[in-house]
Amino acid sequence: MEYKPIKKVISGNYAAAYAARDARVEVVAAYPITPQTSIIEKISEFLANGEVENLQYVPVESEHSAMAACIGASAAGARAFTATSAQGLALMHEMLHWASGARLPVVMVNVNRAMAPPWSVWDDQTDSLAQRDTGWMQFYAENNQEVYDGVIMAFKVAETVNLPAMIVESAFILSHTYDIVEMIPQELVDEFLPPRKPLYTLTDFDNPIAVGALGTPADYYEFRYKIEKSMEEAREVIHKVGKEFGERFGRDYSQMIELYRTEDADFVFMGLGSLMGTVKQAVDVLRSEGYKVGAAKVRWFRPFPKEELYELAKNVEGIAVLDRNFSFGQEGILFNEAKGVLYNTDAHPLIKNYIVGLGGRDFTVSDVKKIAENMKGIIEAKKLDREVEWYHLKR
Amino acid sequence: MIEIRFHGRGGQGAVTAANILASAAFLEGKYVQAFPFFGVERRGAPVTAFTRIDEKPIRIKTQIYEPDVVVVLDPSLLDTVDVTTGLKDGGIVIINTEKSKEEVLEKLKKKPAKLALVDATTIALEVLGLPITNTAILGAVAKATGVVTLEHVQKAIQEVFSGALGEKNAKTAAEAFKKTVTYEL
Repeated sequence: MEYKPIKKVISGNYAAAYAARDARVEVVAAYPITPQTSIIEKISEFLANGEVENLQYVPVESEHSAMAACIGASAAGARAFTATSAQGLALMHEMLHWASGARLPVVMVNVNRAMAPPWSVWDDQTDSLAQRDTGWMQFYAENNQEVYDGVIMAFKVAETVNLPAMIVESAFILSHTYDIVEMIPQELVDEFLPPRKPLYTLTDFDNPIAVGALGTPADYYEFRYKIEKSMEEAREVIHKVGKEFGERFGRDYSQMIELYRTEDADFVFMGLGSLMGTVKQAVDVLRSEGYKVGAAKVRWFRPFPKEELYELAKNVEGIAVLDRNFSFGQEGILFNEAKGVLYNTDAHPLIKNYIVGLGGRDFTVSDVKKIAENMKGIIEAKKLDREVEWYHLKR
Repeated sequence: MIEIRFHGRGGQGAVTAANILASAAFLEGKYVQAFPFFGVERRGAPVTAFTRIDEKPIRIKTQIYEPDVVVVLDPSLLDTVDVTTGLKDGGIVIINTEKSKEEVLEKLKKKPAKLALVDATTIALEVLGLPITNTAILGAVAKATGVVTLEHVQKAIQEVFSGALGEKNAKTAAEAFKKTVTYEL
């Protein structure tokens, strides 16, 4: 069947809901929280209108229970999905470890929202990045199309390596922004993403299994190692699945870091998610003004794209890491990871951290231009003026 | 790229207007983006919403600071909000009002290159029976900017509101299109 996309003008949240529908999710359990709620509302609407077959929606009393229900459903062999934001994700924290430890390919959309207090509903990546060590894969979407594509690919990757995956989109900047999304006809999604074939299920009574058993010091260690082996395997699976997606639907996701105009670049801007759309626009402007700059959008934060980062870092003089997040007592989280990866290599460009856009502070093309100006000076001087800059700080 | 800013009050449908305009431009084969001001809206409070329209994909993810077009859904906002903030030179202002060109210009801090006036509230009351002006104002946007045709506005309206409600709203837009008066300044 020839690929003819179904184009619609929809929000990032609706893109997530349509993708869950097209992935034929079987169980959805969720609790409302701004700005995630319209994902689950839309899925409820599909159910009410009879637009989905074979979907069980489980209303729950908290996000902790939402993830618990997804874990139970996934252990029973179902394709399970949920969505949350900020405080809701934090409340799920314990259960996130449960999903990965039990090797269950649950897929969740997290709408990045700043952690309270003070209360904020706006974009900030700290909520999802703080779940770094839970054993979940993390994919950051630049636009609504990537939210849709990301959810569908995430199920395929997750079900191949038996680990859960989180698709991350920005509060309002994607979740409530309408944009053109090419959706894939159901038959073609079905070909790309066949029904889940779990290795073990709680409901296979001929082959009974124990879930949630005790892991004594004699065995626990190897369980952890196996999670890491699967995370490593995920890099290759992501490459293959992203390539296959590109061949079928024209949007290639084989690279864990998307490079934009980096060939001959003196320095690059590196970051996660929606702010990289604005950065790409700024790169075009800066190129037209004679700057040799590019953008490196980190699509997958877990597993971390070590090889790609090294290949990039070898060929540039500087990297400006843009973090819409912060780890108190240290620095921006992506910056911290990037430095860590490069330490034991021979690639040591000048690398500076800019803390931008926390709590939804707007990050514009003119901000990127000011940072470019600063980076240019750093490269000329061959040394950093400072390692971490709180870029927007009111003085 | 054309950037449009809508000013309304919570409940009047400014956000829906921005989305419908994007859908109408999409029907013309354009690339589009529409979003609310990323705030915490309340019924009756001043709200803003935005639409971007371009010939190529729109990557920028920031708010709009220098609009080409400003659309005002509620006449009382002219007394409390500087609706022309950042308006580009050569920009267009479209206002729902029963007042005259002179009265309106007195309230605008920046004189636009083109002003379009329509009494959208009266039209909405007559056709819809409700003072919700978002679909009426889109008729005025089609007329004053030419960025989208009335037909595409009507089609986009009917994608959002189905059945009789959609037809009424499409008719509201057509009425407003007819009654919008534009002034080159």
